[in-house]
Amino acid sequence: MKNGPDKKTIWTKKDLLGLEYLSKDEIELILYTAESFKEVTTRQIKKVPALRGKTVVNLFYEPSTRTRTSFELAAKRLSADVVNVEIETSSVKKGETLIDTGKNIEALKIDIIVVRHSCSGAPNILARSVGASVVNAGDGWHEHPTQALLDMFTLKSKLGKISGLKVSIIGDIAHSRVARSNIWGLTKLGAKVTVCAPALLIPPDIEKMGVAVTTDVDEALEGADAINVLRMQFERDTAKAFPSKLEYFKRYGIHEERLKRCKKDIVVMHPGPINRGIEMSSAVADGKNSVILEQVTNGIAVRMAVLYLVSHAKEA
Amino acid sequence: MRYHIKNGLVIDPANKIEKVQDIVISGGKIEDIGQALNCKADETIDAKGLIVAPGLIDMHAHLREPGREDEETVATGTRAALRGGYTSIVSMPNTEPAMDDADKVEALKAIIKKDARCTVHIAGAITDGRHGKRLTDFAKLKDAAVVALSDDGACVESEDLMDKALQEAKRCSLLVIEHCEDTALAAGGVINKGFISTKMGLRGMAREAEFEMVKRDIGLAKKNGSRIHIAHVSCAESVEVIRKAKKEGVAVTAEVAPHHFSLSEDCCVTYDTNTKMNPPLRSSADIEALKEALADGTIDLIATDHAPHTDSEKDVEFDFAPFGIIGLETALSLAVVELVSSKVLSWPELISKMSANPARILGISGGCLTKGSPADIVIIDPAKEYIYSRDSIESRSKNSPFIDWKLKAKTVHLFLGGEMVMKDGLLAPRDS
Repeated sequence: MKNGPDKKTIWTKKDLLGLEYLSKDEIELILYTAESFKEVTTRQIKKVPALRGKTVVNLFYEPSTRTRTSFELAAKRLSADVVNVEIETSSVKKGETLIDTGKNIEALKIDIIVVRHSCSGAPNILARSVGASVVNAGDGWHEHPTQALLDMFTLKSKLGKISGLKVSIIGDIAHSRVARSNIWGLTKLGAKVTVCAPALLIPPDIEKMGVAVTTDVDEALEGADAINVLRMQFERDTAKAFPSKLEYFKRYGIHEERLKRCKKDIVVMHPGPINRGIEMSSAVADGKNSVILEQVTNGIAVRMAVLYLVSHAKEA
Repeated sequence: MRYHIKNGLVIDPANKIEKVQDIVISGGKIEDIGQALNCKADETIDAKGLIVAPGLIDMHAHLREPGREDEETVATGTRAALRGGYTSIVSMPNTEPAMDDADKVEALKAIIKKDARCTVHIAGAITDGRHGKRLTDFAKLKDAAVVALSDDGACVESEDLMDKALQEAKRCSLLVIEHCEDTALAAGGVINKGFISTKMGLRGMAREAEFEMVKRDIGLAKKNGSRIHIAHVSCAESVEVIRKAKKEGVAVTAEVAPHHFSLSEDCCVTYDTNTKMNPPLRSSADIEALKEALADGTIDLIATDHAPHTDSEKDVEFDFAPFGIIGLETALSLAVVELVSSKVLSWPELISKMSANPARILGISGGCLTKGSPADIVIIDPAKEYIYSRDSIESRSKNSPFIDWKLKAKTVHLFLGGEMVMKDGLLAPRDS
């Protein structure tokens, strides 16, 4: 991982709302910064004082264990204080608006709000209502920028580069914020991206985001350097588009037979949690091509980089 | 009072007039109109360089009273109308309760009599409570003087019920105004379905939801030999369906809202809830189609769809915000900026679309400067540039995406039934 960002690149943004809004250099700056923090996480003492005296609030309107934990650990390893506010315990259910909640949290003199919300664009609305930094931890079907960043970080550490790679994203593209953030990030860094899903789970005009589209999983796998397999959420709208889990596994599931026809060293990613036997077989999830647990580990370094950069943003 | 309006460019498309003339107003009526009139007036208005036209008429405004006086009232909504150059507006029936019987209409008429600053006509509901289940009593509503029928905000989705509504409306000589939306096809969408909805991760509203319903309604109007008016046309396909029907002689008329020819879906990308409307903002190709339809007469008129919502309703997640924006105070300027300046419409054509045509389609007075008719007259400075500021808004709600826009053309003076209700841009205090 030699090729860092352009030396002149400085971080000027108060918030991280999505990869659509970042330049190639800004994305590379995050990945580059994450490398040093990755080193920190391998030390005996996994803590640096970069955010000492700063407070990070995890404002989660949607349940999440792994993303919240990852952000919490990232903040703690930067020596920040962390508070978790979740929908069940906050006043949100009593009808306080997002903006009021944001302003009240800000009145507690905090520095960064990490927000997850089921409505697309909620972090955008929050970010322009508060002076604190806002980091998007996943909003509706819109973006999940830190997930895509950790995917790219993992990919880069495995294959040495992003540019020129052929990456296929397989699964419910229509309802996936992970897919959208990956598409923006990967295409900006020069990867060739293919999205693959049953026809009803491909959103309109997705090709205008600069990707190839197919409904044939074997076509998506052919020649791919990496695949990112999305979680199928049958409890949501997905069910209308593809009712049978077994049928999905047969037609789109990633199993050993399919993998045999792929590049030998194909990198298999998944944002988790995995539905074993639906979008991916256990053998593949636990197999030699899988980097799923490395993704989880890298998530902390990437989130440390994001928290560090937004709290040290320079005036543009 | 007798007023003498001198040297203005009089634009009266109903009488095919476009020349510098004088107008004399007395006894609430237009006493005389002609070149260099000599008269002894109480007040003379020098309109040199200004446009003198029949007062504007908006056939699609939501005044929210009764029921949602926190959003708008007859008093504030009609002040907004005057500010925009309107002398007559139609109050849409989706109040709380809906205008679905004569008693409710009478109660609203009493409020209008007490509070309205301009002429307010009332549209009645097509179905009880606008629930789309049972027709209201059209004959009684007609007796209560409603000028049209609509379930606006909702579509009459039952084809059978719409069929009956058109027959009954024809019998009662009432115009049906339809909000065309197939809710199954709209699928809970919040913006136009396409690349923008995809990248924003928002549920998209398919264009089919609108134009398939336009097709159905025109088919029913054709079958019954009845009239139908299509509200807020937003997409190219609807335009095409209407154009074809007009060629075949179907008695269809149509309106467009200023935001649909001024803004495209690209404006939505910041998740500003003041870009959320129904029908949604569409593509730039749709805007071109709407402009072409205005120019060739497929779209008869411009109506605001003035839809006030409070800050607290709009300052929420995009998905949770209500649809709609205010429009009475910006319609004329937007039309001038987007249509007249770019030569889509001439000034006389614009005045037709904002005054003469709605009067004709609704069968109400106004829309012309004929000698002897009530003196509803707007005097416009066509070159006046200004910044539309939040502080200037007369409407009780401030939900406009045009705040801080540089606009052009402003109402300077306004006469309502011969009374000067606006002078030099200032609204006259209300006489008791």
